[in-house]
Amino acid sequence: MRHFVIVGVLVILVAALTNVGLNYIHLMPVEASAQSIPVDWLWNLDIEVISFLLALIIVPIAYSLVVFRRKKGDTTDAEHIEGNTPLEITWTIIPLFVVLIFAYLGAYTLGEIRVVDPSAAEIKVKAIQWAWSFQYPEGFISKELHLPVNKQVVLKMESGDVIHSFWVPEFRIKQDVLPGRVTDYRITPILVGNYMVRCAELCGTSHAYMEAPVVVSSQADYDAWVASQEAIAAVAAQTPEGRGEQLANASGCRGCHTIDGSKLVGPTWQGLFGSQVSLSDGTTVTADDAYITESIAKPSAKIVKGFETTTAMPKFDLTDAQIKDLVAYIATLK
Amino acid sequence: MKKFFSSALWHGFLWQAIGWTLGASFLTLIRVLMGLNPFATFGFTEPAWVFGGLVGALSFLGGSGVVSDWFKWAKGEETPEHHQDPDGWEKFINISLDHKVIGVQYTLSALLLLVIGGIFSLIFRTELAQHGLQFLSLQWYNTLMALHGMVMIIGILLGIAGVINYILPLLIGAQDMAFPRLNAFSYWLAPPAAILLLSSMALGGFDTGWTGYPPLSARTPVGMQMFFLGVIVAGWSSVLGALNTIATVIRMRAKGMTAFRLPIFVWAAIATSIIAMTATQLIGLSFQMVMFQRLFGMGFFDPAKGGDPILFQHLFWFYSHPAVYVFILPGLGIISELLPVFVRKPLFGYRWIAMSSLGIALVGFLVWAHHMYTSGMNEYLRVPFMYSTLLVAVPTGVKFFSWVATIWRGKVTGPYPTAFLFVLGGIVVFLMGGLSGPPNATVATDLHLQDTYWIVGHFHDTLFGGYLLPFFAAIYFWFPKATGRRMNEALGRLHFWLMTPSFIVLTLLMMRIGLLGMRRRIADYDASLGFDPYHLVMTITAFVIAFSVLIFFINFFRSMKNGEPATGNLWNSRSPEWQVSSPMPVHNYDQPFEVVGEPYDYGLADSVYVKFANKKTGGRN
Repeated sequence: MRHFVIVGVLVILVAALTNVGLNYIHLMPVEASAQSIPVDWLWNLDIEVISFLLALIIVPIAYSLVVFRRKKGDTTDAEHIEGNTPLEITWTIIPLFVVLIFAYLGAYTLGEIRVVDPSAAEIKVKAIQWAWSFQYPEGFISKELHLPVNKQVVLKMESGDVIHSFWVPEFRIKQDVLPGRVTDYRITPILVGNYMVRCAELCGTSHAYMEAPVVVSSQADYDAWVASQEAIAAVAAQTPEGRGEQLANASGCRGCHTIDGSKLVGPTWQGLFGSQVSLSDGTTVTADDAYITESIAKPSAKIVKGFETTTAMPKFDLTDAQIKDLVAYIATLK
Repeated sequence: MKKFFSSALWHGFLWQAIGWTLGASFLTLIRVLMGLNPFATFGFTEPAWVFGGLVGALSFLGGSGVVSDWFKWAKGEETPEHHQDPDGWEKFINISLDHKVIGVQYTLSALLLLVIGGIFSLIFRTELAQHGLQFLSLQWYNTLMALHGMVMIIGILLGIAGVINYILPLLIGAQDMAFPRLNAFSYWLAPPAAILLLSSMALGGFDTGWTGYPPLSARTPVGMQMFFLGVIVAGWSSVLGALNTIATVIRMRAKGMTAFRLPIFVWAAIATSIIAMTATQLIGLSFQMVMFQRLFGMGFFDPAKGGDPILFQHLFWFYSHPAVYVFILPGLGIISELLPVFVRKPLFGYRWIAMSSLGIALVGFLVWAHHMYTSGMNEYLRVPFMYSTLLVAVPTGVKFFSWVATIWRGKVTGPYPTAFLFVLGGIVVFLMGGLSGPPNATVATDLHLQDTYWIVGHFHDTLFGGYLLPFFAAIYFWFPKATGRRMNEALGRLHFWLMTPSFIVLTLLMMRIGLLGMRRRIADYDASLGFDPYHLVMTITAFVIAFSVLIFFINFFRSMKNGEPATGNLWNSRSPEWQVSSPMPVHNYDQPFEVVGEPYDYGLADSVYVKFANKKTGGRN
């Protein structure tokens, strides 16, 4: 009996210390969304139960190994205890109730994070290998996700190719983005700040770099940003290269093609126009209007040397006029 | 060397290469005749590589001679019941029908694959030590990461088959497995499967991870197909091995060995075999459907053709979740089997532990969609799967509490034998894996945890604690039975104390950064997240683990020749295999035994477990 009392006290002590320690080191990032609060509430409950169960198993094992260790000269076996049915029933029934409670709480918190605000603004999210783009209710497209604080938004997400996953750790919620269907991501930011959305579902070669800034700002700052974006879009729409740049951002071209000379999955666009390009078949071609147009319309017609084994560029649904705009934009990137 | 070049293994590989080339050439010829493009980026076209790979695998089986007896029977010829195995090491690279030889073959192959998979992980772990790309390309990182997963999984399956093959017939008093030729056939499927799997590296690699989700897996280079083929062939091996295990336990038990007098490991082997035999088909099917999507344009998972990518995930996880229990149930069985021997006490709640294995196996079939909470599947489905998933905690808890009660007041002789250290390590690490599980089961928290390093830490804990550490315990424990010598204890303890604490640090750090935003399967991470120091420590621990495995291998091969002789009942166990001298004779027990008592009655005077026909006493106390 004495042993059980000591072990009981030790279990409570170790459980409490473990829990205090885990809380002290801040396991989770900051809570930046209304949805993160119920998630963290359930998480903290999980951590309390985990701390307790860890102590409940480890402490008696360690205690027994130390206190009941074989004494010098003792060669007998230990006491013959085969089992104890009431005890086995106890440690079946109690955990059963605990997990049912947790399942109930899990369903309850799931309900809380899915509360719908019917006035939530809709932003369209397009994911492709390996870029995010965001289309705002006002019609313009950006590579950044800007959100006003304390307002629910719903992201209508769709993929142009493979499965991606939208995850902002500070928001806690994650949702896959699929080709051929629209998935919802409903979020209410509560903390002004700069975050990142990072693709959480392996989506191919450059998966690690598929990220985009998420900016949560006050309503006033948000409105100002929207106005500036609309103005930029209006100016850009005047010229072919401006429309081309908008299109390159919206279509995710820059997930594979940089404009600063660094190499990703596809060749860089910097200094491309007018240069001599070595192809995989050994020939060389001048990157003129015709070559770039062909490379956009039929991506695999000519393969640049050094890019034979990377993932082939998919065909994009673009009109001839749009391709012209893109070529005009690429021509400006000296 | 000459012995190697005349071995079944070498002939198999040779024939695999020949069959591969012939098969691919044949299909290329047909393509030429049909006016199709005969060559592509990697030489042959994709259909030719796939057809060649399939023909190559079958040619391996023909070339190695593992199917010869069946062909002779078909022709009406007689073959001897047993083949005489050579005495030396070459019996391990030739066809043998002896379950002990096959068990060792499986175990050595498993160790080899675990080393290959481990080296892959060391390479990309080193790459991750710092942010930015150091020496791997993105494509190579992804390929190595994906192959690490699948090579380890197949290594684990072979390791389980090794332990079951070697020890199960001995535990139940059988002469061999129920179907010795099928047993050999199951083993000899593994080498061509491994070659197929590894050949994917030469064919462009694949960047889908071991899960191979389409549409991504429908777009990757032809290496993907070799991965699919390799898994299908290895899965075939797993299904047949499981069938053999079940038949052996049902038909070949010693007299008096009723259900609740079976050694506890046998219960675990049964539970694991039921899963392997009934679920493995689903991963084969799901991969085959992607193969067909790529080869024949069938749009099973292609939304443009009315297919559904989420359907793949359902099919895939219907096997791949229960597969986790295939990996861990035998390991937990080893823990339950060895604990009583070391603590000198009966296994606490034998029947409850036996039933909990079956309970885990059955509940395991109903939880697959918990891998898919964020997938975009029907939202209401998430709640029932949350309930079923959390239920797994109940039988798992029964095991833990029963182990604690078994250890309680047990008398362990110090210094602890290495096998016991690994059992304890297994319990602790598996506990960490178990306790980090429920937060993934509740949907709300999983929405944060899914696809992060938290998950990576969680499942590495379950597999290390539930499989690898018990597997090492089994090797240290039964090594004397196989060789008549014991492994060096000092090196064994060094192996344990280097490996286990490093691993605990490694996975705790994985979980830590996962919660803070480290995604799974990324070749590079943002420097601004501040994860560099964590990754550096993780890389160091990985090298310490690798070093400990090196010590294990030195110990393993040295002890085979020069180990301290141990022919008797080294562990003072009641189990039948320790009542006869080591190494075990070719046809196991000279005299059949009868079960006359309970298996784990340690501490009960005059109780015996088994009685040999011509001997006075069986189990000792």
